[in-house]
Amino acid sequence: MAPPFLDVAELACRRGGRPVFDRLSFALGAGELLALTGRNGSGKTTLLRALALLVRPEAGAILWQGANVQDDPESWRGRLAWLGHLDGLKGDLTARENLLGAERLRGRPAADDRLDLALIAFDLHALVHRPVRTLSAGQRRRTALARVMLTQAPLWLLDEPLTALDATAQQAFRTVLQQHLAHGGLAIAATHADLGVPGARTVELSAPQKALP
Amino acid sequence: MTGFLALLSRDLRLVWRRPGDITVVLAFFVVATVLFPLGIGPQTNILARIAAGVLWCTALFASMLSLDRLFAADHEDGSLDLLLLAPWPLELAALAKCAAHWIVTGLPLAVLAPLLGVTFGLPPDALIALAATLLVGTPTLSLIGGLAAALTLGARRGGALLALLALPLCVPTLIFGAAAIETLMTGEDLWAHIAILAALALVALATTPWAMAAALRQAGE
Repeated sequence: MAPPFLDVAELACRRGGRPVFDRLSFALGAGELLALTGRNGSGKTTLLRALALLVRPEAGAILWQGANVQDDPESWRGRLAWLGHLDGLKGDLTARENLLGAERLRGRPAADDRLDLALIAFDLHALVHRPVRTLSAGQRRRTALARVMLTQAPLWLLDEPLTALDATAQQAFRTVLQQHLAHGGLAIAATHADLGVPGARTVELSAPQKALP
Repeated sequence: MTGFLALLSRDLRLVWRRPGDITVVLAFFVVATVLFPLGIGPQTNILARIAAGVLWCTALFASMLSLDRLFAADHEDGSLDLLLLAPWPLELAALAKCAAHWIVTGLPLAVLAPLLGVTFGLPPDALIALAATLLVGTPTLSLIGGLAAALTLGARRGGALLALLALPLCVPTLIFGAAAIETLMTGEDLWAHIAILAALALVALATTPWAMAAALRQAGE
């Protein structure tokens, strides 16, 4: 199998009639991390959602190993791990149920040993049987990050992954992210803070442009 | 299929964790239905005559009550994005959500309705017919309601809008469901009505998942 390779060509997106970004191109290979920076409203989340095909781009193409991902959206979705600015957890279910449920929703059962690894990585063992609504914002974020880790997807799309994390949890996230990259994974993260991963590339999205008359 | 069953069991488990939500719906059904015999008085001939229509209408309202949370809860906590990004068809996910809604709403309504029919003085064969028609008819209500819920996702006053959208579309099911009970009094064929209700359910099954998926994708943008 060819090594994973993401190629974004001339991507353009509009939100509410206003261009968010235009002719955006970048490429990302195995083991690379791309940090999306830019001011509030510069289109970081829109770009992540466009890459996940949640938002239809106005123009341009997203190529995975040379094939346009829009031709086969289902297998593209199977290659993605998503962390939005919302955690995507069910408050009435326990952290464990959320993690196992999310894996089953991806169409495959979660092996216990992989679950254990994710729980250890984010220090979740003590709270795994508590309903998520009783957890703090940082604990919920850690659970959501454990969900990302469980997917074993080659491309991680992360929107502000460090939100609400304390220093220990940030370090845990860095370790997991570096492991993912070391195994040939790719990651794109929208962030304001420094992710602290050496060798990360950066794309800075400019401030929103005025709509053309 | 794994994903479909995972979503169905997750939604059922969520209802199980918060039994209050569904208890309110069933309690509304009971209270609203019982108001009719109390309001009209003990004239059993009138009550038996209107029973089917009243029970079908209140069942329809009750199943609308719980629908506004069907996709809204997933929209608010970000789970909807995970459904949109699941590597299997979103149409199946929409169907799983409606199936869960039917299991916790339509099914109990069909079981409760004959018990309430007794307060209207319905004869035993009419009680069985009532349960049978609700059993076949309520899946349509869940599917049409699910479509309305997907379309009104993110709208202000989504609940009222949802009912406005869904109720007119439920009229055929209501007409044939209520008329089926009358057939027992006029001697017509009950099975013909049940067959029509089943046909309506199949039409809803064949069309609404695609419309729901399109509406959900739009809401995700």
